[in-house]
Amino acid sequence: MTWSPATDAETREMLAAIGVGSIDELFAHIPAGLRAASWDLPAGLSEMAVRDRLARLASHNNVCLVNFMGGGVYDHFVPAAVDALTSRSEFYTAYTPYQPECSQGTLQAIYEYQSAICRLTGMEFANASLYDGSTAVFEATTMAVRITGRSRVVHHSSLNPIHRQVAETHAANLGLDIVEGDDPTDAACVVVQLPGFVGTLADYSCLAQRCHDAGALLVMSFYPVALGIVKTPGEMGVDIAVAEGQSLGIPAGFGGPYLGVLATRKAHVRKMPGRLAAATQDAQGRRGFVLTLQAREQHIRREKAMSNICSNEALCALRALIHMCLLGKVGIRELAVQCHSKAEYLKSRLGFATLLNDGPTFNEFALRLPRNAQDVVERMAARGFLAGLPLEPLGVGGPNDLLVAVTERRTRQELDAYAQALKDTACS
Amino acid sequence: MEFPDDLRYTKDHEWIRDDGNVYTVGITAYAAEQLGDITYVELPEVGTHVKQGAHAATVESVKAASDVYSPVAGHIAEINEELEARPELVNESPYDNGWFFRLDDVESVQLRRLMDAAAYRVYVEELTA
Repeated sequence: MTWSPATDAETREMLAAIGVGSIDELFAHIPAGLRAASWDLPAGLSEMAVRDRLARLASHNNVCLVNFMGGGVYDHFVPAAVDALTSRSEFYTAYTPYQPECSQGTLQAIYEYQSAICRLTGMEFANASLYDGSTAVFEATTMAVRITGRSRVVHHSSLNPIHRQVAETHAANLGLDIVEGDDPTDAACVVVQLPGFVGTLADYSCLAQRCHDAGALLVMSFYPVALGIVKTPGEMGVDIAVAEGQSLGIPAGFGGPYLGVLATRKAHVRKMPGRLAAATQDAQGRRGFVLTLQAREQHIRREKAMSNICSNEALCALRALIHMCLLGKVGIRELAVQCHSKAEYLKSRLGFATLLNDGPTFNEFALRLPRNAQDVVERMAARGFLAGLPLEPLGVGGPNDLLVAVTERRTRQELDAYAQALKDTACS
Repeated sequence: MEFPDDLRYTKDHEWIRDDGNVYTVGITAYAAEQLGDITYVELPEVGTHVKQGAHAATVESVKAASDVYSPVAGHIAEINEELEARPELVNESPYDNGWFFRLDDVESVQLRRLMDAAAYRVYVEELTA
């Protein structure tokens, strides 16, 4: 898209039209102390010089490392069809689908995404998506606060510490009492993660029952790919299921864009944040799609809306939908089996380190190495591996603890080479 | 527009009626007309206590969502469960089948300070003038 800044003549014309003499005068109501004194920007460059500069910067990235990094974002294969279909301008340039008469494609895509998420999770309603997994955790907790009228939120130790931090930051001025543990007494909700941040799987059905007996909700942050073989949030009795949807056809990028998944039970749908697409019939009886239950949202409910979320990640949700459709029910199971089996194989080759998980794992596990994990990661990078995520900086492990993730992309040769390299670097 | 004489009214367009042991609350014909076709009513939980002027219910229509406040303090003794399946009763019969909830343990002094039908009619006429 071409971007043309306003010319000096246009700026003068606009200022004259609103009766203001200069740009400074336009911003006069902002106290001088709050205005930027200077922007400290370098002089402009030609297109050719900019391209060279960016190419040089990009060359510092090492995109060839064999990836064992996880912790919420995973190196899954994305079929070319996902990029090709999502790049169609009908989807790529679409605006907020407030007008169903000119937004049927976008609305149908959202409706099908919601349906696919419900099938995957065993939940009854999914919204049109949120920004990412961490903000979805926050939205689920405030949704539980609205439903129960309680202000205590319990974060289970399995929850991703980064998601926990984002949720706490968002809630900083909301007067919530956020504690750690699994006691649902007087709580709005207990928030668990499946698999846990360090990879351990657990069946939270009993905790769901304990939550319900105490009048609390169970919120679960789940790893979408794992649901190919693991008991679903719906089957465990979860009330609000959320996820980072990146593993469904979205590349791992520094800071996103990612996909916040949120699904719930019918009983709670009116307290759910975010857009919701629905199927209906037009005046001639033809099937069509609209946004529904909009009285929950900001443009109708104003300051009493369920959330200040008034957008969604439509393009990322579309990627997730296309990815799920390409895989199908059998494919998602096969993908999950591949991730799990390859991780189990790698585990069996790492006898020199101590496995820290106290239960079964899906595709990720925590190791205690014979030396500092950050050192090992740096040495492994020199040997062509992104070895994993050191746990100590995140406050969930010791200095020698490393979180290792394995996806379907890793070959047996890569797993063997990784095990050997890790042994060499960690034990030498 | 009908504003029955045996009711008391609030500036937020709720009505309350003395039914002997309990007091019945709903929204006025004017409020229902202003909201348009009502699609959902969220009612309070039976057994809870509400303060005078506190949020007690929410009404959603095709064009807006509005809070309903309790005209007086009291204890929620009963709710109109029929509204869950038939929210349109609020439009069709605002003072009868479209009632919202019933209160007991009400202080009658709060009730006497509310508008009577004549005062409420004047109030609505001023709003629409």
